[in-house]
Amino acid sequence: MIKVENLSKAFGQKLAVNDVSFTLERGEVLGFLGPNGAGKSTTMRMVTGFIPPTAGKITVGGFDMLENPIPAKRLIGYLPENAPGYADMTVHGFLNFSAELRGIHGEARKKAVKRAVELCFLENVLYQSIDTLSKGYKHRTCLAQSLVHDPDILVLDEPTDGLDPNQKHEVRNLIKRMGEHKAIIFSTHILEEVEATCSRVIIIDRGSIVANGTPQELKARSVYAGAVHLRAKGVPAAALAEQLARIRGAAKAEVIREHDGIVEARVYADKMAGNVNLTREVAEFAAQQKWQIDELHTEEGHLDEVFRSITLPDTVKAATTEVAR
Amino acid sequence: MNAWSNIKAIMKRELGGYFTSPIAYVFLVIFLLLTGFFTFTVGNFFERGEASLVSFFTWHPWLYLFLVPAVGMRLWSEERRLGTMELLLTMPITTWQAIVGKFLASWLFLALALLLTFPVMITVNYLGAPDNGVIIAGYVGSLLLAGSYLAISCMTSALTRNQVISFILSVMICLFLILAGYTPVTDLLVRWANPVLVEIIAAFSVMTHFEGFQRGVLDTRDTVFFASVIGFALFATGVIIRNQRAG
Repeated sequence: MIKVENLSKAFGQKLAVNDVSFTLERGEVLGFLGPNGAGKSTTMRMVTGFIPPTAGKITVGGFDMLENPIPAKRLIGYLPENAPGYADMTVHGFLNFSAELRGIHGEARKKAVKRAVELCFLENVLYQSIDTLSKGYKHRTCLAQSLVHDPDILVLDEPTDGLDPNQKHEVRNLIKRMGEHKAIIFSTHILEEVEATCSRVIIIDRGSIVANGTPQELKARSVYAGAVHLRAKGVPAAALAEQLARIRGAAKAEVIREHDGIVEARVYADKMAGNVNLTREVAEFAAQQKWQIDELHTEEGHLDEVFRSITLPDTVKAATTEVAR
Repeated sequence: MNAWSNIKAIMKRELGGYFTSPIAYVFLVIFLLLTGFFTFTVGNFFERGEASLVSFFTWHPWLYLFLVPAVGMRLWSEERRLGTMELLLTMPITTWQAIVGKFLASWLFLALALLLTFPVMITVNYLGAPDNGVIIAGYVGSLLLAGSYLAISCMTSALTRNQVISFILSVMICLFLILAGYTPVTDLLVRWANPVLVEIIAAFSVMTHFEGFQRGVLDTRDTVFFASVIGFALFATGVIIRNQRAG
């Protein structure tokens, strides 16, 4: 539904987006991740036709966004960053206006507005003016605006920003549900959100795509991916790390915590080792040593650690790992 | 057809925006008070002893100088400040439809203000037998004058998100359009500039072209002048918005 080819945007000398390409099909939820100022919003603004790219091509539903913007824009629902709205309008008036500009009239408009209001839980504030709304309601009003014409494509710039945890949960579920039959791009800073809702993740850093894959694929890049977490009693902590590191398929091991004779340790998987089940190896070894095991599980990898390792400059990375130790 | 329904939707929203805030009411009251004050007190309506609205229309270029930019200053700067411009311009409408819709809404609002001055027309008809054709021509000219100032305010409001800057800029441009043909200024210019040059400069002035309407002369050239000021300023608005989006 969306095809972005070699998209670049320069503001003066500064290259905000640099040669970005991706595609998005119906049924996909694409998460846009990246540090502040990485070019997420700029990319979204180009995809929705608000700002023209310096170079590159955007095709939305088969229509070229630059040459034929009106039919392309018709397919998109857009929630801009900070969820703007006309301060002096009521929620109802604002949604009606959006529907009107989307070419929905008469009885169909009433239905469309009602549907959007229900989806975003706006019944209570329907006739309040937008500048009197709390941040959460304001955000949902703008979200409702993007849904009013039931678009095939949704572009949501930080859709859960400023919402309380319950509202975040609702919006995430909404995105997930709609993602089954729409194409959705959304940007966020919240990594758990990506894991919970996205079928694919793109990480942007300093204007370029640095990673593109499913959340599982990205997590597998983590050093923690496939690591075995062990908590046991009656283990001599001193030599533990060395013993564990010698297990087949282990890259290294470390003792995380030692408390009242209970030791917690992590064994990192050697990703070059091939088809070895590290968890079983550790369990067997523990049984041989007659350790009393309280807990033993395989870790999935942490998205935040992958994110940091990809987006932080090497010097900063070294400094933060130093602090972490 | 589609274009018109988009323009209409934008007009409706814009007009609604005037009336849901105090702007509309404050403006209408002040406009009517000031027109009354200038017509009857400063313009010596009664002492003139003639059945015409000359003292009413003479002041319009000066009155509009401050009042019209006050109406137009928010048109685009407000959109930029609120960030709603991003919503508006990602809707399936063209920038032109948005510009024209906003302009027409404000122009309609100014027309309403002008319409509410009807008691002055009743008064002059009650007191004497004026040439109502001249008065209608005056109203048409006044509306075109207001439209020209408004289009200029529309342009300056696209330049900045700050309404004060937008206001001052458009007052300055409108003031230039007045002074270029204002008799005391042209008299001064004639002393040391080429009279032909002075005449060319005066041709750009709203004063020169508004005069005809006041005398009841509907000259095509005057109408074309105001229409082209409006057209040019709105075109410039489009160019400014496009350049801003390009970054």
